[in-house]
Amino acid sequence: MKLRSFAAMLATAVALPLGAASAADLEVTHWWTSGGEAAAVAELAKAFDATGNHWVDGAIAGSGGTARPIMISRITGGDPMGATQFNHGRQAEELVQAGLMRDLTDVATREKWKDIVKPASLLDSCTIDGKIYCAPVNIHSWQWLWLSNAAFKTAGVDVPKNWDEFVAAAPALEKAGIVPLAVGGQPWQAAGAFDVLMVAIAGKDTFQKVFGDKDEDVAAGPEIAKVFKAADDARRMSKGTNVQDWNQATNMVITGKAGGQIMGDWAQGEFALAGQKAGTDYTCLPGLGVNEIISTGGDAFYFPLLKDEEKSKAQEALASTLLDPKTQVAFNLKKGSLPVRGDVDLAAANDCMKKGLDILAKGNVIQGTDQLLSADSQKQKEDLFSEFFANPSITPEDAQKRFADIIANAE
Amino acid sequence: MSDIVAFNSVAEEAAPKAQAQRVLAGPRGAKPRRALSGRNIMIYGTLVVVALYYLLPLYVMVMTSLKGMPEIRLGNIFAPPVEITFEPWVKAWASACTGLNCDGLSRGFWNSVRITVPSTLVSIAIASVNGYALANWRFKGAELFFTILIVGAFIPYQVMIYPIVIVLREMGIYGTLTGLIIVHTIFGMPILTLLFRNYFAGLPEELFKAARVDGAGFWTIYFKIMLPMSLPIFVVAMILQVTGIWNDFLFGVVFTRPEYYPMTVQLNNIVNSVQGVKEYNVNMAATILTGAVPLFVYFVSGRLFVRGIAAGAVKG
Amino acid sequence: MAGHTQSSGRPNQWLRNLNAKIASVPMILTAVVIFLGGTIWTVVYSFTNSKLLPRLTFVGFDQYERLWDAPRWLVSVQNLAIYGIFSLIFSLVIGFVLAALMDQKIRFENTFRTIMLYPFALSFIVTGLVWQWLLNPEFGIQSVVRSLGWETFTFDPLYNADIVIYGILIAALWQGTGLVMCLMLAGLRGIDEDIWKAARVDGIPMWKTYIFVIIPMMRGVFITTLVIIASGIVKVYDLVVAQTSGGPGIASEVPAKYVYDYMFQAQNLGQGFAASTMMLITVAIIIVPWAYLEFGGGRKRV
Repeated sequence: MKLRSFAAMLATAVALPLGAASAADLEVTHWWTSGGEAAAVAELAKAFDATGNHWVDGAIAGSGGTARPIMISRITGGDPMGATQFNHGRQAEELVQAGLMRDLTDVATREKWKDIVKPASLLDSCTIDGKIYCAPVNIHSWQWLWLSNAAFKTAGVDVPKNWDEFVAAAPALEKAGIVPLAVGGQPWQAAGAFDVLMVAIAGKDTFQKVFGDKDEDVAAGPEIAKVFKAADDARRMSKGTNVQDWNQATNMVITGKAGGQIMGDWAQGEFALAGQKAGTDYTCLPGLGVNEIISTGGDAFYFPLLKDEEKSKAQEALASTLLDPKTQVAFNLKKGSLPVRGDVDLAAANDCMKKGLDILAKGNVIQGTDQLLSADSQKQKEDLFSEFFANPSITPEDAQKRFADIIANAE
Repeated sequence: MSDIVAFNSVAEEAAPKAQAQRVLAGPRGAKPRRALSGRNIMIYGTLVVVALYYLLPLYVMVMTSLKGMPEIRLGNIFAPPVEITFEPWVKAWASACTGLNCDGLSRGFWNSVRITVPSTLVSIAIASVNGYALANWRFKGAELFFTILIVGAFIPYQVMIYPIVIVLREMGIYGTLTGLIIVHTIFGMPILTLLFRNYFAGLPEELFKAARVDGAGFWTIYFKIMLPMSLPIFVVAMILQVTGIWNDFLFGVVFTRPEYYPMTVQLNNIVNSVQGVKEYNVNMAATILTGAVPLFVYFVSGRLFVRGIAAGAVKG
Repeated sequence: MAGHTQSSGRPNQWLRNLNAKIASVPMILTAVVIFLGGTIWTVVYSFTNSKLLPRLTFVGFDQYERLWDAPRWLVSVQNLAIYGIFSLIFSLVIGFVLAALMDQKIRFENTFRTIMLYPFALSFIVTGLVWQWLLNPEFGIQSVVRSLGWETFTFDPLYNADIVIYGILIAALWQGTGLVMCLMLAGLRGIDEDIWKAARVDGIPMWKTYIFVIIPMMRGVFITTLVIIASGIVKVYDLVVAQTSGGPGIASEVPAKYVYDYMFQAQNLGQGFAASTMMLITVAIIIVPWAYLEFGGGRKRV
């Protein structure tokens, strides 16, 4: 472990003079604007500025849905930024195919990304035609249920250990005037919650068949029917959530106005910011306490092809900074996500992050839906589930039929 | 083609020129009016109630922006602040964060000025000359182009983003201030051209004829005769453009780079970056600050606005 | 041509009007390259399977079939129809009534007018935000009325899928009616006073004079207003995004938002273009018959 990180340090040291020799301003666009996220970005900027370059922050608020169109217009319009955040996976696929993005294979080979990035699937989703086009910075997993210990105390029930207990505790919470499950109004939250239910209830193989192989028969079958049944429960339990943003929904859990929330591990940043401690103030259940499997989606930085030589060098410096062990630790602790390299020491990680690291070490991982489905299919899914969660008159059976259609037409 | 005819016919239906004078002067002379106080009570009563409806949101915005968060959480949104604080204003202007930039709206303000001033001037200059050419120097085919322009007013902006990105890219000015000014000029053109065209068409024809007889050409007539007579319509155009461009978010963010991002982008960022709890007071202060410039322009020249509208839009 | 006879020289002499032609170049470029070119481009690409970047792989009417199968599109169209009809009716009626009141030679006319018009100076983002707040059941009007003792009072249009579109309408009217009032007021000021005198001499009640005499005379103003309101209705987007983001669920989605979301978020340009083509057709359906009526119908000359 020690030796490996020493080697990585050396590699950075080799890269550093390059960056320092060509100090340049590099504009970096991203959509990390909530409290925890902003603190995490500050770590990246600090590390990059230390190479002698300058991080010009281009934050665009309002989640990826608002920010991505702007980033894509900029890149296709011929006025690209120096680097930009995307989720791993297929969001930037076509930009790469159109030759607008920069090939990072050189940097990656020099710094042995293939050896240090764990799980390897992260680098695979950066790889198109054998070339590496992005630098993964973190692993985010969706499969978490966050519970407010205070809310359950108020309701006079024990903090649930799995999804079924949670469903059973819902009436008690409601009686105490607490919304059992907070689901924010933004469409991706409802769609994400469904994916989580699917992994937990139908298991890894079914998940892979539906989203990986796009098997519409499985999507229309009895396993998924069970998932829709659970989604129906979730819908009933989420009634009364009048917020839009995910972190406002998280805030309902933090303040005990809601019993729980199905949300990715980024929610942890909000708990940390509010000064809450895992275990005492809140409880986290990976895989909803049913199936301890996490997905390995996350964020990656892509680098548009630039003509300016100075800036191109700065891009290389940024790419290596992002995977630097020190940056990885500092960034991920603030962000509440897991580092992309298996060789860094996260002694400071809290209980929930440690749970995540364990699962990761065991290899109980799946690919995230962003990696498996096109943005188009994802959007259709979002439309379906945001309608489903808001409108009790849609039966689970109808919703499943529509879901199977989307899978049948997915690419 | 037929659209144009329609527009012409509208223009022709407009009040005769003599009345245009009255329009410019506002209410005057004997109107049917009885001094019954009952009727007055009804009129003023209705107007006051209506005015309250319009003012309510502004009132709530101002009150909220002067409260601290604890007071907001407890209280009634209509209640005046118990303890007045200007903190939210300071924060919105100078220290609200988006990502790493914690300098609030202040950094967007000058950008907005830099975008709004040239865009307003260029778009008005072009549209006024267009309108003048359409009204007084009609040439074959002009109406067809004008029709297309008017139909263009109905096209949602979102639809046109992609083609414009391509055009600007091919011209090599994507991401520059020039590019953004062109975009604002394009989207301001339909309505402005319509207003100017109608206004110039409504000016007394004799003036134009006399100038022609004296041998004045296109530009001479425009600068020496038309411009001096057109203050009201220029005010209307100015207000419409300042308001529209200042408030624009979509073009500002899609067609420029961050060093030119207008104030509305910061507003969106402040309002949408929830750091923990929504800070309603800061949001409201930011909202008022962003709206301050168009509101100011508006209050200062509002009188001329109605007159200009009367002269330019009524006929359109 | 229904003509308006300015002494603009003879159009058959190409050079004679050269200056006017040069002056019109920006307009011609905008009309042809941007509006016409952009429209044709959009329609052509709506028949392709373009994803993130435009590409010319034609797929026939696939995008349209998918569009009309999508529940979200159907909801959007329905919302636009409801919003459009009510917005037109209320804007015109409220705008006219207010203008008529303002035309009674009242005092403080400037003050009232400024109050009614100031929302127009604010962006839709701002309007959306303020009304979202006023209509929020936890903070807004509902909670205030409840705290006054009326515990069961419910007013949460933005959180109720059945009426959310009316919640958006409230904000839209707040912002837009001031301008309509101004247009109408300008129109009323353009009416010859002799007409009022004559009506009074004949003893016709005031409301009758308005409906049967004045309004028909204000046809031009009504048409201008209609064009302005209608073009705003088709484009409605920001207000929805700022107030509800299309929610709850998909209950307040509108076509312009569908276009934007599918073009840029779903990275399916073909689908977005198909939806925008449908919007363009709607625009044509609005404008063409009106133009035809104006052209074909016998209109009176003043």
